[in-house]
Amino acid sequence: MEFTNNFVLEAISREFPESVLATSETYGMISIEIKKGDLKKVVHHMKDSTLGFTFLTDLCGIHHPEMPEKELGVIYHLHNLVENRRIRLKTFMPKENAEVDTLTDLFAAANWMERETFDFYGIKFKGHPDLRVILNDPEMGYHPMLKEYPLEDGTRLDKDDTMFGR
Amino acid sequence: MSEISPIINTNAPAPEGFSGEGFFATQLNDLIGMARSLSLWPLPFATSCCGIEFMATMGPNYDLARFGGERMSFSPRQADVLMVCGTISKKLGPILKEIYTQMAEPKWVISVGACACSGGIFDSYSVLQGIDKVIPVDVYVPGCPPRPEQILEGFMQVQALATSESLRRRDLPQYKELLESYNIN
Repeated sequence: MEFTNNFVLEAISREFPESVLATSETYGMISIEIKKGDLKKVVHHMKDSTLGFTFLTDLCGIHHPEMPEKELGVIYHLHNLVENRRIRLKTFMPKENAEVDTLTDLFAAANWMERETFDFYGIKFKGHPDLRVILNDPEMGYHPMLKEYPLEDGTRLDKDDTMFGR
Repeated sequence: MSEISPIINTNAPAPEGFSGEGFFATQLNDLIGMARSLSLWPLPFATSCCGIEFMATMGPNYDLARFGGERMSFSPRQADVLMVCGTISKKLGPILKEIYTQMAEPKWVISVGACACSGGIFDSYSVLQGIDKVIPVDVYVPGCPPRPEQILEGFMQVQALATSESLRRRDLPQYKELLESYNIN
């Protein structure tokens, strides 16, 4: 059986019919939206089954203020190194008490990436061994990539609106 | 712009004084000021592209050594001039301040480039909007990045400061007040 996108998609939808919420394909790479509570289960299956997605390339957050039910999201990029095929998994949640299961016990690489996602979006990772701010100043006290802050630094004194035409 | 124009010659004339057969008398102030200005040890704090320009400044083409700055001191305890070349993030701010406090008097600070002076193009949550928010700065070198000649001129401004300043600047009430305003000491 050839290891195509359709094959992967079918294998996952057959195994977890309840968990797959939506699928799409862009530029030859498939994205699957997974129900939040089932994400770890799906990733675990994809890693340990013959699907062989053994490499976590990237993990990041996203903020959609216009969609209250799916305001915050986490996106996972997995890679099957044998077949050289990549896949994108997405999961969304409302902003209040945003929390997903950690992947640190499946992929050690998830540790810092989850810390980064927590740092910038405030998404908590349940079961993470050391969920601290990683890149920003720990004293900062807010999650700067949320789209609710002005882009410019409010502490700036030397920029006068009259001089910058704003 | 600046009141102090660099008046340093690389052949270093003796300070004003009286000379006669076998003696030369001058003020200790002038002598020490001259000595200091000609052996300023820079501490490079280079974080980005201004750091590359600073490296060019140190190299043989522009040759900071002509001004007595050839001895890079990578320990703040032996350095005289802190040269902050590049963007300083807010997270780095406290570290910069600690390095400044570890330097012994007399000490000067050159802020090299737009980012160190004002945050530059990084008008952002993560970037310190000018290092003068954390430490006092003596000379600002504008440019993005500045050319080595500009960095040299900034260095010469510090030389001018070193020759003309009071030897015990740290005892001046204004200086103490300045440090106090930065919560240093």
